[in-house]
Amino acid sequence: MNGRNNGPRPVPPPDDEWTPERVLFLLQRRIPFLVLVLGGFLTISSSYYQIEPEEVGLVTRFGAHIETSEPGLHFKLPFGIDEVIRVPVQRQLKAEFGFRTVRADVRSEFGRDGDADKEAAMLTGDLNVAQVEWIVQYQIVDPRKYVFNVRGADLTLRDISEATMRQVVGDHSVTEVLTVGRERVQLQAKTALQGLCNRYGIGIEVKKLVLQDVNPPAPVRESFNEVNQALQDRERAVNQAWAHYNSVIPEARGKAAQALQSAEGYAIERVNQARGDVQRFLALQQEYSKSPEVTRSRLYLETMSQVLPRAGQRTVVDANLKGLLPMLSLDRQQSAGGGR
Amino acid sequence: MSTRSILIIVAVVLVVSLANASVYRIQEYEQVIVTQFGKITGPAIDQPGVHLKVPFVQVVRRFDKRWLAWDGHPNEIPTRDKKYIWMDSYARWRIKDPVVFYKRLRDEPSAQSRLDDIIDGEVRNVIANHNLIDVVRTGSRRFERTEAQEGEEDDTTQFLASVGRAKLAEMILEKASSVMPEYGIELADIQFKRVNYVDSVQEKVFERMISERQRIAQLYRSQGLGKSAEIEGRVERELRSIQSEAYRKAEQTRGKADAQAAEIYANAYNKDPEFYAFTKSMRVMQDVIDAETELVLSTHGDLLQYLTAEK
Repeated sequence: MNGRNNGPRPVPPPDDEWTPERVLFLLQRRIPFLVLVLGGFLTISSSYYQIEPEEVGLVTRFGAHIETSEPGLHFKLPFGIDEVIRVPVQRQLKAEFGFRTVRADVRSEFGRDGDADKEAAMLTGDLNVAQVEWIVQYQIVDPRKYVFNVRGADLTLRDISEATMRQVVGDHSVTEVLTVGRERVQLQAKTALQGLCNRYGIGIEVKKLVLQDVNPPAPVRESFNEVNQALQDRERAVNQAWAHYNSVIPEARGKAAQALQSAEGYAIERVNQARGDVQRFLALQQEYSKSPEVTRSRLYLETMSQVLPRAGQRTVVDANLKGLLPMLSLDRQQSAGGGR
Repeated sequence: MSTRSILIIVAVVLVVSLANASVYRIQEYEQVIVTQFGKITGPAIDQPGVHLKVPFVQVVRRFDKRWLAWDGHPNEIPTRDKKYIWMDSYARWRIKDPVVFYKRLRDEPSAQSRLDDIIDGEVRNVIANHNLIDVVRTGSRRFERTEAQEGEEDDTTQFLASVGRAKLAEMILEKASSVMPEYGIELADIQFKRVNYVDSVQEKVFERMISERQRIAQLYRSQGLGKSAEIEGRVERELRSIQSEAYRKAEQTRGKADAQAAEIYANAYNKDPEFYAFTKSMRVMQDVIDAETELVLSTHGDLLQYLTAEK
């Protein structure tokens, strides 16, 4: 009857069997309820959001920015009416130029690809080429500007940083960039970078700009090393020369002192000898002056008696004899020729 | 399902889509223009939030209102002093007047390509009319001279910019900006991102850098040798001075002593020169006569006078 008019009513399958037909039947009866539950779930799940400690959330209602929410749990209008854009304002962000950190760890690995190489290569003020690597640490200080004022604020920062670094390096000689001017390059680049950030209004504050490796380009590097080597050579040559100086001069000074001391010793000796000789002479002379004849004969004869026995050959010649000398000289020649 | 419920569903769908078609939202970073059958209905709207329009008839065209990036293709450009460089510049621009922008360019890709034409052209013009040093340097600060370069001729004057990089960028910006209102675009800035030598020039530059370094290296080495020779010379001078000084003083001391001794002897012996001669000759005799000596003694002498008794 009624059943015929309204078409065939679904017949519930037997209760004890979980056939697909039975599941479908049960679901069909619960549709309004299910829709309600689903709707409720969607509403609730899109009505709250959580902001992490390092972030803030920019809340927009129908696209218009209405508030900026701090970390914590917040409620909003559901179904995409309110939307939240998260911006990590507390995080120290870092951009690398001229190299890429392949793996950051206790001992980080760094690499370089073609693009990084191109970033690093720049002209210096004396029209040389240097490879400059640097990092920029920055923080988002104005999330509104960061999101709504520029598209791709991070890319913009990269562009600005490359341009300003080249501008600063372009105003220094290659020697300055490699050695004495590093500090100044760093400082000037940071100032210029912040200046352009402000000019573009990208809401970023540059915390730090640090030069990493600054090198001459690879084909030239060897000649730069040669300069360092030459510098070492110079030091070495000077050191060696001073070493020679040190090995010679103090010794010479010592020897000079020795010569002086020895001369003084001689002087003292000489004078003492003289005094001794003189005192002996004077003592004798005093006695001699008392009785000159006797003393003189005595001295003479005493000397003779000491001296004559020592002589190897003694010849006594009568004072009246002549022609003695030729014979003597012949005798001497014989003893000389006979050999000793 | 009954006809009624189908009607209800249709009505709901209609109402919803009608509502959907008559409101639109503008994001914080957007600006829109509304067209009606292709005709622009009014000025651009950039107030973020919900807005109304005539459904189905009016169409909303959205444009970004933020600063947008333009990144040039690296270009090989000769400078006025005939140096070939790669020049890579960037710009920041935005759609200032969406109505004009829509009429002239319609969308961002075509704007990018127009910017390519305009900015690349201006960059090329300006670079070609200036020397390389003006592209590289901003100021005209003299470079610091290192210790090695002291004494060398100061040849850094050739590296002083007369115009300067910042000024060139400004000139390009100014020229490019002058045509931008035509496209409804505003340019914030144009900067040279990368400037590099083309490869063939680069090689030459490397060669020059190498020779420059070698020059400095040679200077250091020569300085080392020079300093070393200087020290060697000092060694020689000091050595000779020390030795001769010592000789002089020693001889002086000895001489003084000799003189003093002579004086002492003279003073004493002058009291009785004859006796001195006598004692000295006695002494000499003692020293001179030894086993090798042959003595020929005359009886005439003092010693043996008594040998010839008949005298």
